[in-house]
Amino acid sequence: MYNGGKIILGLAVFAGLVTFPFLYNIGQADRQPDLKLDTPVIRQMAVKHCVEPKAFMRAEHMQLLNDWRNEALRQGNREYVSSTGEKYNISLQNTCLHCHSNKKKFCDECHNYMAVHPYCFDCHLQPKENVQ
Amino acid sequence: MSMDRRQFMKIAGLSAVLGIGGSLIIDKAGHAGLGAGPRYEQGPNAIEAKRWGMVIDAGKIKTGEDYKRIIKACHSIHNVPDFGEAKDEVKWIWTDDYEHTFPSAENPFMDQTYKEKPFLLMCNHCEFPACVRVCPTKATFKRPDGIVVMDYHRCIGCRFCMAACPFGARSFNWRDPRPFIKQVNPEYPTRMKGVVEKCTFCVERLAKGQGPACAEASNGAMVYGDLMDPNSEIRKILATTYTIRRKPELGTEPSIFYVIGGSENNA
Amino acid sequence: MLEKALTGSKRYWAWVFFLLALIGAGTLAYLKQFSYGLGLTGMSRDVSWGLYIGQFTFLVGVAASAVMLVIPYYLHHYKTFGRIVILGEFLAVSAVIMCVTFIFVDMGQPMRIMNVILHPRPNSVMFWDSMVLSGYLLLNIVIGWTTLGAERRAVPPPKWVKPLIYLSVPWAVSIHTVTAFLYAGLPGRHFWLSAIMAARFLASAFAGGPSFLLILSLLVRKLTKFDPGKEAVQTLGKIVTYAMFLNVFFMLLEVFTAFYSNIPGEMASFKYLYAGLDGHSRLVPLMWTSSILAVVSMAMLIFPKIRAKENLLLMACIAVFISLWIDKGFGLVIGGFIPNPMEHVVEYWPTLPETIITVGVYALGFLVLTVLYKVAISVKEDVEGAAYKKIEPAGQAVSK
Repeated sequence: MYNGGKIILGLAVFAGLVTFPFLYNIGQADRQPDLKLDTPVIRQMAVKHCVEPKAFMRAEHMQLLNDWRNEALRQGNREYVSSTGEKYNISLQNTCLHCHSNKKKFCDECHNYMAVHPYCFDCHLQPKENVQ
Repeated sequence: MSMDRRQFMKIAGLSAVLGIGGSLIIDKAGHAGLGAGPRYEQGPNAIEAKRWGMVIDAGKIKTGEDYKRIIKACHSIHNVPDFGEAKDEVKWIWTDDYEHTFPSAENPFMDQTYKEKPFLLMCNHCEFPACVRVCPTKATFKRPDGIVVMDYHRCIGCRFCMAACPFGARSFNWRDPRPFIKQVNPEYPTRMKGVVEKCTFCVERLAKGQGPACAEASNGAMVYGDLMDPNSEIRKILATTYTIRRKPELGTEPSIFYVIGGSENNA
Repeated sequence: MLEKALTGSKRYWAWVFFLLALIGAGTLAYLKQFSYGLGLTGMSRDVSWGLYIGQFTFLVGVAASAVMLVIPYYLHHYKTFGRIVILGEFLAVSAVIMCVTFIFVDMGQPMRIMNVILHPRPNSVMFWDSMVLSGYLLLNIVIGWTTLGAERRAVPPPKWVKPLIYLSVPWAVSIHTVTAFLYAGLPGRHFWLSAIMAARFLASAFAGGPSFLLILSLLVRKLTKFDPGKEAVQTLGKIVTYAMFLNVFFMLLEVFTAFYSNIPGEMASFKYLYAGLDGHSRLVPLMWTSSILAVVSMAMLIFPKIRAKENLLLMACIAVFISLWIDKGFGLVIGGFIPNPMEHVVEYWPTLPETIITVGVYALGFLVLTVLYKVAISVKEDVEGAAYKKIEPAGQAVSK
């Protein structure tokens, strides 16, 4: 093999770089996101529920927000009638965050865990208690 | 040949997009899981029109305080920043003198009171808006009720609309506006750097049954209503009072009308 | 063929690293603009496009001008241009890359660039501009690379390139027409609202592009063993001459309409650019520099005897290029915004970071140009070297 040493060295460096993220985190159990639903508004709800079932919201909230945005802004439909027939004012700031006033312990927990950075809050204001 | 190429490019572009956004499509399919499913409605109190418009009676807005109050009503509700300098300025409604509000209608021998009087300027919500025509992403669009609005989520900040608007109605967020909003209205979003913004005719208030904030603060000097409804108050004013519009010769058909000589002649 | 760009003299590598350093500086400045916002530039609510869009507009012209070589060579079989047509095509590639980059650095939300394809509005000129520009880039890369590859193997180019070459002719006209339509269809911008805007754009492009190509051709002859040919240079000079006169003629037509009609809006931008308006005159020295250079260059170009002297021709072409760069890359875009729709005068001047970013984009374009020219010229040197060897007795062949 020509330049065998160099090739083996190069391969070793390559393998090291590729596996670095795994090696670096070895032995560290990743902290699971710990969502808190404990806010004043939610506490007062008799039956604690979101606009749609929990499983749906967990998986699809981003798509729902997308639809809300398009319906409210582009179609002028600012009221959402849920699958159970309940009516909600379409507003991230005034409806979603009214209940989920703990953005840091709710939204951010998962978003940070998943390393996603939605730009919602570049415009939409965070609830007061979380603004620092 | 050229169609083939273009189609090829579209397909190539689309497949790249789909490759990246593929998961979104799957999400959409999952949305059907809600069964009978959700609906979207206008809301019980929403007020509607075929084409919204406004008459501004300059004669009824007397003092500098009046102008300040009207502008503040809009800017405070909509979290419009105040940078304190002209270069980064963002404004939805502002004042200028006659000569600059109606540049082709000036007259050197005009009554001094009108020459120096401030007029309110804002988006004209044109029937044929040049800004909408040029927007490459449909981020700005005209609603069926005639209001020209912005989808800040979609705006790429190319500023073609600012070049196209003949009324200077549009502002760009040259930097993060948040630190320059003195009193934040917690019920309304702010904007982010890099997008264009302008007057929305208070669509969010119309949806709740309220009129535009400027009109509400104007003590009757600004009257809004449906231009297509012959019985509306605004149509009655337009039928009985001489009104002018900014740059009508450009054919954009502005929906904001001005009463210049006060409303003495108004029946 | 790209491997040809990986070997070169010390001078070549020094130039490449110099460009890389400029690109690095531009990138750093851009990162700052990305985090702070476009407020880092001199643009404002009133002058909402500036240096970036000006350079974009100018460079679309440079890109379109490749057609001035393609038409004589491919449509009229003007063999003299056979040696430099590839230089025109590769100049177009690098110019379009600069155009696209200038658009990108001018965007307020560059991360959303795909919205133009995801939510296209077909009656937006900007949508079509992005379409025709990317198409033109593709056409020139494919055509240039294929014909050069064929030349290297000493075979005629494949048949399927011919239709693409023919297509590139109207396509080149289309990119600059569509770019002119960005401006010429806006109500209330008197300076731009002119039916001959596209014609003006094409005329200035066909003067500016070939003048730059002439400068490049002489540079190539000086720095490499490849000679674009005396006659080719002279023909380029002729093209520049005609196009420059046409360009100035078109521009004077605009001046006549504005000032004879005496319509204030039509005159305002001209007054601002050449005399100052309401006490504001920041662009006046620049615009007069452009005018004087234009007059001087035309006075030189019109005499065949002066044109025949390559040094003087070169000087005239440098004057043409600078004159047009100021006129189109600066005056045209900024002049259209002044006065603003309320007829107030708000001036514009680029900031330092804006200038560094602009230089960075140009460096990127020149790097692409350098690499492509290196490949093209190495291939041509090889081909000619081989032909030379065949004629000369083996022992006397010039060794590389």
